[in-house]
Amino acid sequence: MTNAVIFPIAIPLTTAVILMFCVKSLKAQKMISLVSAGVLIAAGAWLVRLVDHEGMQKLDVGNWPAPFGITLVSDMLSALLVLTTSMIALACLLYSFFTIDSKQASMYYYVFFQFLIVGVNGAFTTGDIFNLFVFYEVMLMSSYALLVHGGTKIQLQETMKYMVINVFSSALFVIAVGYLYAVTGTLNMAHLAVRISQADNTAVLTVICLLFLIVFGLKGALFPFYVWMPGAYSAPPSAVLALFGGLLTKVGVYSILRTFSLIFRQDVGYTHTILAWLAIATVVFGVIGAVAYRDMRQIAIYNIVAAVGVMAFGISLMTEESMEGTIFYLLQDMVMKTALFFIVGAIAYVAGTNQLGRFSGLLGSYPLLSWTVFLSALALSGIPPFSGFIGKALIIRAAFEKGQLLFALVVLLSSLLVLYSVMKIFIQSCWGEARGYEQKRVAPLYVPIVALLSLAVLYGVGAEFVRPYIAQAAATLADPSMYIESVLKE
Amino acid sequence: MEVVMIIVIGCLFAGATYLMLSKSLLRIIIGTGLLSHGAHLLLLTMGGLKKGAPPLLDVQAEHYVDPVPQALILTAIVISFGVTAFLLVLAYRSYQEIGTDNIEQMRGKEDHD
Repeated sequence: MTNAVIFPIAIPLTTAVILMFCVKSLKAQKMISLVSAGVLIAAGAWLVRLVDHEGMQKLDVGNWPAPFGITLVSDMLSALLVLTTSMIALACLLYSFFTIDSKQASMYYYVFFQFLIVGVNGAFTTGDIFNLFVFYEVMLMSSYALLVHGGTKIQLQETMKYMVINVFSSALFVIAVGYLYAVTGTLNMAHLAVRISQADNTAVLTVICLLFLIVFGLKGALFPFYVWMPGAYSAPPSAVLALFGGLLTKVGVYSILRTFSLIFRQDVGYTHTILAWLAIATVVFGVIGAVAYRDMRQIAIYNIVAAVGVMAFGISLMTEESMEGTIFYLLQDMVMKTALFFIVGAIAYVAGTNQLGRFSGLLGSYPLLSWTVFLSALALSGIPPFSGFIGKALIIRAAFEKGQLLFALVVLLSSLLVLYSVMKIFIQSCWGEARGYEQKRVAPLYVPIVALLSLAVLYGVGAEFVRPYIAQAAATLADPSMYIESVLKE
Repeated sequence: MEVVMIIVIGCLFAGATYLMLSKSLLRIIIGTGLLSHGAHLLLLTMGGLKKGAPPLLDVQAEHYVDPVPQALILTAIVISFGVTAFLLVLAYRSYQEIGTDNIEQMRGKEDHD
């Protein structure tokens, strides 16, 4: 059944609509969201299995053939991202149950939550560039609402800045789509790829490509477009922040990955060199921020920036191995960043502050929480048995093979500084004499944290098991003709 | 015709950029309004301004104008309308809560070392 592609979008959408009618009963909202998140994971897993057995899935919405209607396409990459998104959604939902107070939660919180998942899953699945814009807006509008939800001073002022930046980048997206339509006369991604490979006027296409790089760089926090992020992400409650940190920037990274591997292949030498330089600058600025701050949240936020840089560098190499590494790294980073924000949120809840140095000695009273910090430091920096290793190893090997020694060394060095930055949280908050915090009940928070961390550990240890799926995803990215054929056939 | 439109759109973008770089929130929002006008006109222009009948099949004609950009613009208009409405209410709320509409003063956090 080809309709499998639409379930990851339809399930949260239906849930959101149903939830609107029962905002009065918080209990009903929680139950419905929980069931829907479970169903969503099942749908994602089913989609991965289907893509694995029967090849790429596509759905021509309304039976209009490919370039004329909107086509939803699920290749292995989209399917894996959708599955990861639904797992993160379930974890964030559980975390929200325990941390969002009932007054705030009854103001349509779970409705916005579901709409955010609609936007993210839609952006991962669509095969049409304007439809991508629409799903971006679905995602962004829900993120505005979630960011300002609660209405404290800091949330109001940071949402204002976040919104203005995103309104600007959305206008830029519309402009870029307008230019692309003028040059090629189509909006379907596969058809665009065909038209661009036949085009003789490649200079204007390169300009459009760079415009898209700016648009997606603004969404995905690439250097020099990441400056909105440290402020905006310091405002919302931890559950929302974990959702943002796990999903939003990664949609930008996915869009760069999709457009640079499928559509804009006309002048790879020029565009991908620019991407490589931006990526390395992103890594450098990310780790500088991560090392500089004593605020746990800011450390985690700059870790996102550094990881986005590593992924963008993997994309810029454009070999099958680097694609594989990027996908490995992307999936584990979504899970790990969400887990890191959960942990930071739990520590801040116990200590009453995000500032390191005002409290210490958590290890005595909260051993489990402390060891999760330690574990996440190892996983984030890429210590071998854990999840971050294989992705970075593949990216660095691909970089060495292409002779980009300097960039590879920067990525390696960045791992060290990422390790230092998260270990700083561990050492300053968990070691030492017990002071500056109170005994609070955090047991329920362990459920999502431990679930995500064990997922990340399993992902690292069971890399042999996930590797065939990821190799399949990388193969379609390295050779877009498969994608084009399966979308445009009939 | 396209050249004239492009110059006009360029002026809209210049105005929008100028307004978005100013201090007052309301000016910034007016800037975003101008920016989306520019983007929508650009979509229309880039779709081509060749003469033709409106895209209605009961109008008998040799040529029709391209219906795709019009549909895209209609979509983009309602989206930017929704976002602008949210932005205006947000500006109103932050004026009530923070007591200023100067974006320069909207900084600082509760929790500083």
